[in-house]
Amino acid sequence: MSESASFDPPYLHPDYRSTVLRAPRRPLVRLPDEWFHHAPGPVFGRVPVAPTDSDLTRQHRGEPLGERIIITGRVLDGDGRAVPNTLVEIWQANAAGRYVDPCDDHTAPLDPNFTGAGRCLTDGGGRYRFVTVKPGAYPWRNHPNAWRPAHVHFSLFGNELVSRLVTQMYFPGDPLMPYDPILQAIPDPRGRERLVARFDIQTTEPEWALGYSWDIVLRGRSATPMEA
Amino acid sequence: MGDVPTPSQTVGPFFAFALPFADGEQAADGAGPDSVRIQGQLLDGADEPVPDGLLEVWQTDQFARSQTDPEGAFQFVVRKPPAIPGPNGALQAPHMNLIVFARGLLKHLVTRLYFPDEAAANAVDPVLQEVEPGRRHTLIARDDGGVLHFDVHLQGEEETVFFAS
Repeated sequence: MSESASFDPPYLHPDYRSTVLRAPRRPLVRLPDEWFHHAPGPVFGRVPVAPTDSDLTRQHRGEPLGERIIITGRVLDGDGRAVPNTLVEIWQANAAGRYVDPCDDHTAPLDPNFTGAGRCLTDGGGRYRFVTVKPGAYPWRNHPNAWRPAHVHFSLFGNELVSRLVTQMYFPGDPLMPYDPILQAIPDPRGRERLVARFDIQTTEPEWALGYSWDIVLRGRSATPMEA
Repeated sequence: MGDVPTPSQTVGPFFAFALPFADGEQAADGAGPDSVRIQGQLLDGADEPVPDGLLEVWQTDQFARSQTDPEGAFQFVVRKPPAIPGPNGALQAPHMNLIVFARGLLKHLVTRLYFPDEAAANAVDPVLQEVEPGRRHTLIARDDGGVLHFDVHLQGEEETVFFAS
């Protein structure tokens, strides 16, 4: 098992009820790392990315309600090198904690000026940047009085099969984080900390938007690894 | 904490407005001579369909994405790839890499789809050799009148073989 695997949550985490019938029960078949390293990443160029897709506050006629924020950071590989020109997709609830998804039956209001989905490509330095509104917390039915902390979903590709990542970014100081079985499924506190963005006064734009900084470290490497 | 890789979290139930894209299920032109249609169902440990799953196929120059429907069904159109050498030089049978996301999966699953008309190549495929013989069939699609059928069982007697590094 590669060392990095220990920072991921286990498949079976009964506190998160949906894992019980969906986590594989048999051990995964371990393949040598190079089998994944040598599996090249996909041609995600078919996924359409328009320049305006990175600003979730300008996808409708008016501006969405909520606290305008900027989320930016770098996408890095396992060696700490920038991953340029890679697809980053995000999706989230609106400021009231409601997803536009028709399956979301939370009673909080929809916002006609907010969809909550964005895409961008990292620049030459591996940097991404989104403008959006801070998502609200919302209730779910996992256990009595269960609430998800505010979060933004992220999907990343990187260069190889092993670097594919879908995760969630949380906000610093959110009092719901200790109660969330999805975040707490990550056994190592360093792994949980990795998912919490940092408030960044440098990214914050005066009289316009609060800034959050969040770097993402993918597994795998840009270059062919040297195998012993 | 420079070395800590960013951990995985579930795709959750509410991605359908964000991740699917136009013609995303078609990595290949369906009318092409080497194109193959793949259909299957994503099932949980109670053999119930998983209606909030997302599958991706990856192979060299092909990428496609399919959201499951209320019956847990997904579909792809791909080009059947050639046999390609693995890292140790041994030839791998033609296959597609398949990634499974769903609510309740804290980390995605990786499996492989092999082709039913490649019995000889499948018999010596170096990755299939790593799988106990009684479970290899969970990785080989079934020819269903010209359409390849490939169910993904997350648990149970027929649990699909999943891979990890």
